[in-house]
Amino acid sequence: MCLAVPGRVMDIEERDGTRMATVDFGGVVKEVCLEYLPDLQVGEYAIVHVGFALQRLDEESARQTLDLFAELGMLQEEFGDAWETAAMEAGVDPVEEVRKS
Amino acid sequence: MKYIDEFQDPGLARRLLDDIHATVTRPWALMEVCGGQTHSIIRHGIDQLLPEEVELIHGPGCPVCVTPLEVIDKALEIASRPEVVFCSFGDMLRVPGTGRDLFQVRGEGGDVRVVYSPLDALRIAQQSPDREVVFFGIGFETTAPPNAMTVHQARKLGIENFSMLVSHVRVPPAIEAIMSSPSCRVQGFLAAGHVCSVMGVGEYPELAERFRVPIVVTGFEPLDILEGVRRAVRQLERGEHTVDNAYARAVRPEGNPAARTMLEDVFEVTDRAWRGIGVIPDSGWRLSSKYRDHDAEYRFAVGGIRTAEPAECRSGEVLQGLLKPHECEAFGTLCTPRTPLGATMVSSEGACAAYYLYRRLDLPATKAREASPVV
Ligand code: SF4
Repeated sequence: MCLAVPGRVMDIEERDGTRMATVDFGGVVKEVCLEYLPDLQVGEYAIVHVGFALQRLDEESARQTLDLFAELGMLQEEFGDAWETAAMEAGVDPVEEVRKS
Repeated sequence: MKYIDEFQDPGLARRLLDDIHATVTRPWALMEVCGGQTHSIIRHGIDQLLPEEVELIHGPGCPVCVTPLEVIDKALEIASRPEVVFCSFGDMLRVPGTGRDLFQVRGEGGDVRVVYSPLDALRIAQQSPDREVVFFGIGFETTAPPNAMTVHQARKLGIENFSMLVSHVRVPPAIEAIMSSPSCRVQGFLAAGHVCSVMGVGEYPELAERFRVPIVVTGFEPLDILEGVRRAVRQLERGEHTVDNAYARAVRPEGNPAARTMLEDVFEVTDRAWRGIGVIPDSGWRLSSKYRDHDAEYRFAVGGIRTAEPAECRSGEVLQGLLKPHECEAFGTLCTPRTPLGATMVSSEGACAAYYLYRRLDLPATKAREASPVV
């Protein structure tokens, strides 16, 4: 949960009076709130934590970090299915758990 | 070899290591504050690549691990109510409360949902006006601003069926508590990069000066950690103790001012108990009185829940760097990720989990060095 992942802004829109963006994290796409980095533009990179852009990042360091996280399986940890993980740790059938959720 | 690619640039890693080896003349103990750093260190065997003189001590920086048992019990109590949709980050599911965890509460019929962002929980509240939606707001300074914004939004949009169980913690008072302990061995800190992305570095000079301890803001990747160690060791060898930023690509000295302003508006500083450690003065945030309507602790009257922690779990010592996980008697026997006694065994950032996962304990140092990344 504490992992902050770099992502690239794909588009920006105003929703409920809030600046929101669609952000690409090396293939996984999520909604991200830009209220803490209001001047972030489409195409730029930022460090994103639990759906909020927290700090700008240059493209090269963002890409390096994303590649590394992908290779280490950390993106799966961040964006993967938490019920499945919990079920496996608890020794319960993960398929059952995912179906319930 | 796969590991070499993981270092991105093994040549640079090698040069950083050579520099550290060339600089060190005596033993030094550094604490990496953040659990994400601990995992990176263990996963890549960084501690074993360093000169024998440099010891890395694992710090308390895992929000899941330090959330006290009684807060978990409050969460379980709220999540069990039929009118409640309880939303949480995924890594809280299996943190043991007294007798059970959130995963089991769902098995017993509780409506527990995993969200990626606190805003997802707010959306659920908007879509289900007849339910009480509660978000489990834990985390350090990195997670607090998103949670603060969510409460702020709930109020702005008049979403009355949304509340948050807040148990946020702050790093500087923890550093102060660690340094003030008579058994403290820490001589330098690798500060948590993403905490500083939000808070900046302004809280650290006073601590560095008072405890005469170098504080180096450090990232999470292997090269970041090696660079953080290199800068800390340089300072120690020279007898310096300043605040240094080795993660400038993500940390500006002032942090994120908009986030800090929101934190000040929504939260107020409070004393907070840390699991296994006890109460550290001023080490947490709770919702300020202005936002009491959205405070789940009041809404569900769980403020009175008090629980004692299990005696056999020594996570408090692990979190303060006084004990290595495998030195705990229960490690790997009574306590495993399947049957965890403490949160440090459950969390993906916990030190006990890192040691268990990477089976590092039975590998003699020389063997580990041979099998390891860069060399
Ligand atoms: S190994 Fe288990 S019982 Fe021992 S300190 Fe870690 S979490 Fe607690």
